[in-house]
Amino acid sequence: MAAFLELRNVSKSYGTGDKKVEVLKNINLTIEEGEFIAIVGFTGSGKTTLISLISGLIEPDEGEVLLKGKKITGPGPDRGVVFQNYSLLPWLSVQGNVELAVKQVFPKMSKIDRVNHSRKFIEMVNLTPALQKNPSQLSGGMRQRVSVARALAMDPEILLMDEPLSALDALTRGSLQIEIERIWNESKKTVMLITNDVDEGILLADRVIPLTPGPNATLGEEFKIGFSRPRDKAAINADSNFKKERNAIIKYLDEVGMHRSGSKGEAYALPDLQPIIKVNKLKRINR
Amino acid sequence: METKILNALKWSGLGFLEPLIKLIQGKEKDKNIRLVLRQIVVPVLSVFIFLGVCNFGASYLYNKERDIKIEKTRSVQGDAAAAQMAECIDSSDLSCKPNSLPSPADVKQGAISLWNDHKMISEKKSAFKEKTAAINKQRKEQGLKAITYTGRPSFVDQIITSLKTVFAGFLLAAFFAIPVGIVLGLSETLRSSINWIIQILKPVSPVVWLLLVSMVVKTVMANSDSDKAFIISFISVGFCSMWATLVNTTMGVSSVNPDYINVSKVLRLSVFSNIFKVILPASIPMIFTGLRITLSVAWMVLIAIELLAQSPGLGSFVWEEFQNGANDSNAKIIVAMFVIGFIGFMLDRVMMFIQKLISFEAK
Ligand SMILES: Nc1ncnc2c1ncn2[C@@H]1O[C@H](COP(=O)(O)OP(=O)(O)OP(=O)(O)O)[C@@H](O)[C@H]1O
Ligand SMILES: [Mg+2]
Repeated sequence: MAAFLELRNVSKSYGTGDKKVEVLKNINLTIEEGEFIAIVGFTGSGKTTLISLISGLIEPDEGEVLLKGKKITGPGPDRGVVFQNYSLLPWLSVQGNVELAVKQVFPKMSKIDRVNHSRKFIEMVNLTPALQKNPSQLSGGMRQRVSVARALAMDPEILLMDEPLSALDALTRGSLQIEIERIWNESKKTVMLITNDVDEGILLADRVIPLTPGPNATLGEEFKIGFSRPRDKAAINADSNFKKERNAIIKYLDEVGMHRSGSKGEAYALPDLQPIIKVNKLKRINR
Repeated sequence: METKILNALKWSGLGFLEPLIKLIQGKEKDKNIRLVLRQIVVPVLSVFIFLGVCNFGASYLYNKERDIKIEKTRSVQGDAAAAQMAECIDSSDLSCKPNSLPSPADVKQGAISLWNDHKMISEKKSAFKEKTAAINKQRKEQGLKAITYTGRPSFVDQIITSLKTVFAGFLLAAFFAIPVGIVLGLSETLRSSINWIIQILKPVSPVVWLLLVSMVVKTVMANSDSDKAFIISFISVGFCSMWATLVNTTMGVSSVNPDYINVSKVLRLSVFSNIFKVILPASIPMIFTGLRITLSVAWMVLIAIELLAQSPGLGSFVWEEFQNGANDSNAKIIVAMFVIGFIGFMLDRVMMFIQKLISFEAK
């Protein structure tokens, strides 16, 4: 049987000529149905590019991405995406944003069912009190949760999450990590989580796969995480296996980091969440 | 309650009154006194200074014109006639008043006389209506056209005609430019292939548009008895003014945040929902900026176009007064100028208000 999701020798670069940036090179990855995998990597290494390739928003230069044995040719609601910068539509309320997705994926659903379905997922991320609020009235963490609710409400076959918790403080982060694991346990979706936090990857995933620093980033040696489910954060933190696993991954990242960039130390630079909206607009206006 | 009033003020563009209201209530005295000075007292003062400068300029021009007139009489008819002319002018007899830039007082007088004229004409009109009511009823039963008042339109009638024309032109511009702008914004190929046509047509003068439109309309509507002057002028107004909306809509649509486009792609929204749920809401601020420019341009070119197309309205009013050359004509032209300016300002305010109502940014 073909694997659920398969990337074969995928390479991707941006730009042409002198300005060409080779972002990803020879990515090979196989994910089985129901698996939870985490990709950890440095900022700018091409994690978002990887997600975009799987979601079909961009096409690989070389190689192919297969979903259930079929080549991906474009985006579709069978792959729910939690975008790094939330990407909520600011003119729709929390409910409106989720409902738009629901309406698209279940066009035959009656209005009442649609509302209830949307509310169920908003409830799941604890945002029922903010149902009618507009995204501009929400905190960064709340926006990310709406984005998660929207992706889940689409009932996708695979959930692609691009650093969904990076904008949160440590406390909220912890509780949402538990939330994500619970949701995954309930729905048994295949999940690919992009993160810059090794601990988060170990806590949630079946496998943690590091992405080496760019340019020409590729997936490194994978780490299988064998903790039983449902996972308990406190217990895992105390587990000696956790520390071993963690140190191994960090050591690996340090080595590839040094090898690639020649610089030492800043292995865990936080991804700089840029206000992409503004920057793009400015670029366009300047043009 | 109080915040409601303040909000209503802000929304209707009277936000500058806020510090005055707060001051009357005795809140934050120092800050509000400063604000009142800056937002109310100084602007009012500047209006008076403006009037003073106008008055000064007008009397300077008046004296100059007076000297010219007297000199002229002297060289043609001799000293005695010149002295008589000087006396006549200084006695402020209207028949020999020099025709120069009117002073603020003259303008006020002109406004009053326009208003009285309007009252008189509307009285005549209603009298005419009463008189013809019975006949018109009969004619209607017989299937004939009603007899309408054909007398001279008053100043207010002219304003209303102008507003109608500008509104029709604006709607035409909006209904043409927004859809076309969306299509252009969505397709890079179309955009680059049509761009040069737009760039060339955009700077074409209103006068040329008018001529072009009238060439077409004259042929197309040769056999129809509808109001050709009106049709020509509103279509020309539409053509002159639509460019801002066209360009802004194209810009707005083509620069929608790619994140929103990605959402639309991942959801595989249909073309229709993509436009109405994502593209349009995202570009509404830009479209409205375009519409506001369009409306103000429409109002600006309208006057010139009416004047040339011989269609009734403020433009022809101004032109007729200028041709007329009666001794209060100049004052009436200045009155028309302020009315035109004020209406343009109000139109812009209305657009701003509508924009606030439907834009997500203001919520
Ligand atoms: N549309 C684009 N055009 C050109 N270059 C791009 C584009 N998108 C990304 N890049 C480049 O590709 C590289 C990888 O970007 P990507 O967004 O995938 O990184 P990332 O791992 O997601 O980073 P972060 O952790 O900061 O989110 C960067 O060097 C970036 O400059
Ligand atoms: Mg990223």
